[in-house]
Parts: sequence; C-alpha cells; structure tokens
Amino acid sequence: MSKTNAAAEKVLTFKPTAALTRCVWRVAAMSTPFDATSAALDHFALFGLPQRYAIDQRALEQSYRDVQTKVHPDRFAQASAAEQRVSLQWATRANEAYQTLRDPLQRARHLLELRGVDCGLETNTAMPADFLMQQMQWREALEEACDDRDLAALEQLAQELAQQTSARLQHLAQHLDGVRDDLAAAGELRCLIFMQKFSLAIDDAREGIEGHA
Amino acid sequence: MALLQIAEPGMSSAPHQHRLAVGIDLGTTNSLVASVRSGTAVCLTDAQGRALLPSVVRYHSSGAVDVGDLAQQSQAEDSRNTIVSVKRFMGRGVSDVAHIENAPYDFVDAPGMLQIRTCAGVRSPVEVSAEILRVLRARAEASLGGPLVGAVVTVPAYFDEAQRQATKEAARLAGLEVLRLLNEPTAAAIAYGLDHAVEGVYAVFDLGGGTFDISILRLTQGVFEVLATNGDAALGGDDFDHRVFCWLLEQCGLHQLGPRDTRLLLTKAREAKEALTLHASARVTAQLDNGEVIEATLTSEIFTDITRTLVQKTLAPTRKALRDAALQVSDVKGVVMVGGSTRMPQIQQAVGAFFGCEPLNNLDPDKVVALGAAMQADVLAGNKAAGDDWLLLDVIPLSLGIETMGELVERIVPRNSTLPVARAQEFTTFKDGQTAMRFHVVQGERERVGDCRSLAHFELRGIPPMVAGAARIRVMFQVDADGLLSVTAREISTGVEAAVSVKPAFGLADEDISRMLRDSFEHAKEDMHLRALNEARVDAQRLIEAVHSALEADHELLESEERAAIDCRIEELQSAMKSEDHRAVKTATDALNRVTDTFAARRMDRQVAQVLKGRRVNELDF
Repeated sequence: MSKTNAAAEKVLTFKPTAALTRCVWRVAAMSTPFDATSAALDHFALFGLPQRYAIDQRALEQSYRDVQTKVHPDRFAQASAAEQRVSLQWATRANEAYQTLRDPLQRARHLLELRGVDCGLETNTAMPADFLMQQMQWREALEEACDDRDLAALEQLAQELAQQTSARLQHLAQHLDGVRDDLAAAGELRCLIFMQKFSLAIDDAREGIEGHA
Repeated sequence: MALLQIAEPGMSSAPHQHRLAVGIDLGTTNSLVASVRSGTAVCLTDAQGRALLPSVVRYHSSGAVDVGDLAQQSQAEDSRNTIVSVKRFMGRGVSDVAHIENAPYDFVDAPGMLQIRTCAGVRSPVEVSAEILRVLRARAEASLGGPLVGAVVTVPAYFDEAQRQATKEAARLAGLEVLRLLNEPTAAAIAYGLDHAVEGVYAVFDLGGGTFDISILRLTQGVFEVLATNGDAALGGDDFDHRVFCWLLEQCGLHQLGPRDTRLLLTKAREAKEALTLHASARVTAQLDNGEVIEATLTSEIFTDITRTLVQKTLAPTRKALRDAALQVSDVKGVVMVGGSTRMPQIQQAVGAFFGCEPLNNLDPDKVVALGAAMQADVLAGNKAAGDDWLLLDVIPLSLGIETMGELVERIVPRNSTLPVARAQEFTTFKDGQTAMRFHVVQGERERVGDCRSLAHFELRGIPPMVAGAARIRVMFQVDADGLLSVTAREISTGVEAAVSVKPAFGLADEDISRMLRDSFEHAKEDMHLRALNEARVDAQRLIEAVHSALEADHELLESEERAAIDCRIEELQSAMKSEDHRAVKTATDALNRVTDTFAARRMDRQVAQVLKGRRVNELDF
C-alpha cells in the first residue's frame, strides 16, 4: 500500500542543467478539458444524460457520436483556423467526457466529484482490514502462479477477481443511486481501483507466460 | 448513396466545386497515389500505366535525382547513392535502426534523426521521402488536371511522434498541404468497410515492407472507431529478406561483402521470398563482384524455419491490441489483410490459426491503403454531402509522459486514447524562490526513460519567486487528430502567465528546414518567394470563403459592431492579397482569424446544443 502513497507524493527531478533548479513536485493528476476552471465540468450534461451512476450505454454512445459528427476536426479540414481550434477543443472535450462516462470506475469518480466528495484516491490509502488481507492473499497467489508458470491458476485468480469486482460494483451503484451514501461509495471506489490494478498485474503475468510459450 | 439530390427552396447553393484531393501511401517498398473520381477511388498511374512507384531515390553528382523504377534498376551499380526503404530511417537515429551495418550508405549521425551522405550532398530521410512525394504530386496534378487542395498521407499506426512529424515535414517539403496523417490500417478499414458495407468488430493485419500494424476497429453505420492498435515500427518484409540473406551468406560461406554485393544478395533474397508465395522452392544464383558465382536452393520448409520468430513477433502485438480493446478472439468478425508481406503463406497460416478464421484477402493488399486514404481525402476536402460521409475516430498508438525522479516515466496520455485528446498535470516548485523548471517529454510503454523515445526537452522560465510548493504549474499535453503532440506549461496560481509551446522537431532545427526548402527550390527551379506568396493567397482565399459561408449561415450570432469588425478585416485581407508581400497577406489572415474566434466558438456551441435538443426530454427517464 505504501507504493501508492509514494506515487502520490512523488518528487520529480530532471536531468541536471546548471542554470535551473530542477525539482518539481506533482500536486495532482487531473484529466482536462480546455477550460482552465474546469474542475466541475459536467460530462453528463454534455451528452444530455441524467446525473447518476446507472447509465444507458446506447444513449451515451449515440450522443457521443452525434456530438463528434458535429465537432470533429475532420469536419473542419477546410475551415478557418479559428473554427479548427474550436473544433479541436470540442472534440477533445467530447472524447474526455465519453471515456469518463463509459468506464464504471471513472464514471463513479466523476459523479462523486460533481457532488463535491473528495474520493481521496491519492491521499487516503486506509483500507478495511479484511480487504487488505484479501489483497495479500491474492498477491501471494499471483506470485506463486508466476513462479510455476501456471496459466490455469492465473485464470482462476482472474475469475475470482471478476466475481468480487462485480459484487462491489453493485454496492457502488447502491451507494450512489439508491440509499445515497457518498462516503461509502468513495470507500468502495478506492477498493475497486486497487482491484483494477491487480487485474492488470494478472494480465501482465499471463502475457509474460504466453509470450514465452 | 443518394441517387438524386432534391434541393429545398432557399437551400440551393452554387454548384459545388469538386476539390482535387489525393490519398498517398508512402510505403517502405512502394508508394502510391489515389483519388476519388466520379465517386470511385482509383490509383493514379504514371505514363506507362504503373500504379506502384518503388520507394527508391538515386542521387547523381550533377544534382539530378531519379525516383522509382529507374532508381531501382541502378540499386546494385550505385548502391551508395541509391536510397531504398528510407521509411525505416524516418525520425530515427543510427542506433535505432536494426541491421544498419548491412545498409550500404554513409550515415551521418545527426541528433534526433540520422542523415545520409550522397554524391549530391548530405540528405535527411525527410528530403529523400519528399523526392518520392514530389513525383506522386506531379503525377496526380497531371492526371487530375490541376493543383491539389491537399493530400491525406498515410503512416503506420504504430509510428511514433518523431516519425509522424518527419512524414508531415516531408509532405510540406514536397509542396503538399497535408489534410490529415491517416493510419494505414485505418485507411484499409475505410476502403474495406465501405466496399463491403460490413458492420461489427474487425481486425486489420498490416504487414508492409518495413512496418507491422494491428488495429482493432468497430465498424457501425457511418462510424469507423479504432478500439486499439499495436504493432512494431521495425518489422516487415525487409526483415524476412534479411533472414534469407543471412542464410545465403551461411550457405555459400561468405563474409564481409561490399555494398554492391550486399544489395545484390538482398535483392536475390527478396525475389526468392516472393517466389515461395507460389512455389515450394526457389533457386538463387548470383555473380559477385569478384566473379564468383553462388548458387543455393531455398525451400518453403527452410524459409518457414528461419522466419518462424519473425512470424511469432506479429502475434504478441496482436494479443496486446485485443487486450487493450477488452475483446476476445471470438469477438472479431474478420481479419482484413493488408501489405504485400501478408502474401507469405506463413503469415496467412499464422493469422488464420490465431483468429480461428480465414483471413480476408479480397482487396489488393498493395493498393487498399492508398484507396482508403483517397476516400478520406475526398471527405476532408469537403466533396461529400453531409450524411453521405462518415466519422473516423482513431487513437494514439503509444503513451506520452514526462520524466520523473529516478529516470522513471510519469504517464500523462495513455496509449489507445481516442484522438484528439488533452491531459494536464499540475506541478509545483521544490525550492523557495525557484523561477524555472525543466521538463523532458517522452513516448513509450516502458517505465524507464532510457527505454522510451525522447521527444523534447523544454524549460518554463519566469515563474514568480514564491515559497516552495506555492507555484502551480499546469503542464498540458494536446494530441491533435493527426496524432501530433503539442505541450504547453503555464503558471496559474498568481495569474502570471508564462507559457511555452513545444512542437517537438526531432533534430530538424528550423535552419535545417529552411535549408531543405531552399535546396528543394533550387532543385525544382521554383521561385521560393512566389510559392510562399501563392500559398499565402490560397490560404487567405480559403479563409475568406470559410468566413463568408459562416456569416451566411449564422450571422445572427453577431452583434452589429462584431460584424463590422469582421467585415473590416475581410476588406483589409482582400487588399493585402493584391500586394506582392506574402508576410502582409499572412498578417492580415491571422488578424481575420483572430477576430472570428468568438464567432467560431458561438457557432459550435449552437451546433452541439442542436444535436442534443429533443433528445434530452425522452432520455431523462429511461
């Protein structure tokens, strides 16, 4: 867990040059539309969708395509530089909004942000004890499977993870849309993000084994 | 497609002028140019009826340049000055190119991109590519009967920033207006998708002469959406030739060949490989410089054996692309085969086995990319009516990031993000009173800076002195629809703006570019000033037309004084166009552009609002 902490407070340095003080410090990562005062741009509103976790994927896709059809730079290849710039900004914004809304975890995070809830993804690394135990067991299972180059074990681990993920996603949905409990949702979201990272680690391990098969 | 067009009253406009635009496939081995004529994309041929232009350029000491077949014929006799497969060198340094010791050239290792010393002087790969593009441009203008408004130039999907920039620069040098850099597999998907009216998830497997791409796309009515792409920018038919070449050396007990023999045997190796597409074995005979005659027989089995690892090298990126698209093999409805190297039976078998279906070979793998590019050029030139066109959503192939402590990479834009994309990250000062910061922009998937490609270093100066941690420096990465990056940094906490803008130039300094332009004009006997003036006037005219049509459509969005300001700038531009000073034209163009900024923004707001109107009501409660 300390790894995440370190990542959040990473000190950046750059190759030495005499004239400069090179050390910078990352404040926060944020995704960004063109507007500098962007923190609370509402992606739901852009696509005319209600501000809630449950989403109509088809309506989202359709809105996204309709918007891109109007604003995409390909529509403005012969237009003035001013129009091309506006088109680039809008198309960028539409992509940003679409990518955020179609991913359940990013959508949840965005919704919480709109509600003014700090998810503490970079600062709050306190996890429930049982979740931490579970994590440790999974990590051990992953290491073992890697050492044994055991694809079947990896597959089983991936399935177990998928099951737990979908259970947690249901809780997340309830906290966000049902009996509203934003703080509980934020906690659930933090766990889910850990699980997503672990899922990527399993994929990497699989790839490593398959690549050398 | 609409068979007859019904004009609504008051909506009919002047007969639409067909703008001449082309698609160019700038290939490692061959290049092509295509255009849409009477609604159909066709490859344009030279006077002899040949569509394929070998991507070979020969420099003579007289300053004359041969491109294509003529240059190819002199490969063996003048290998040092005859540049083949120049695409492998685009945006690359000497240490980046595999088997460079076998290339018979006198390389100059310039920072960012290598150069080649020829009898006509030192040439950058950008200049060599521009020679090829110039021939294609001339062919197109002769064939279509007029100057081009622009071209869509294709690049391998897995080309990085440096390689894309180099390609765009080459087009600029050849006097082409680049409407868009288009990924080759995406171009193929357009040609295939439109020809066969298919829907669903398709893979495009594109193995060319020097590059390999795999793209996964979702094709739906009027939308081509790239879900993921992967590949190897240094894997292609050339590598298969090289394996055969090495095998020949071993079989015949040869070492240390001169440039002429090397070129000869590489050509023989390629011929043998091509013969194996239809035959079980191929006989190789060659007479070396010293009179020695070598002979060998390459069988299909031997070839399969010596190239097995190369075939395998295409499958790992394929797996990664599927994984990034979050899809299984079974989700893929078909695999479109592109690039001359997919003719190898070994590739066909491997792809068939991996996807569990017969690969789709019903389009000419050499031409499909140029044809798709021509279709896209037709759309971008505005020759298609709204509703009759399509939307293309492509992705960035490689992640972009910034160097952080311990020479690690902080990823800012992840690979396979849909274009255009922007991401920002905030940084702050580490020391009290710090007034400058230095950033290193890199591209790649590896964690260590040394394993990624270095794109640019830039410094932000003029940060007001504050205590450590108080400054807020916002670094923004913007990748446009061509997949090209620009980076800006700005201090925002005090309202003091110190902004820098970086367009990584990859070793091509501005002086280099102006020297190349000068050289190319001398070579083409064109007047540089005249061309600059013409280009400025064309740009100005295009802008005036664009503004006029915008005013016609949406004039009510402007207050009367705003309208007056725009009209005034139009008049100023029109009078500047009558002068002989291209700078004056440019300045007046910029001024008109600036004064229409707000108007452009309002027009777009209204467009988007209209799209969503009417839907909001019925979809609020689903």
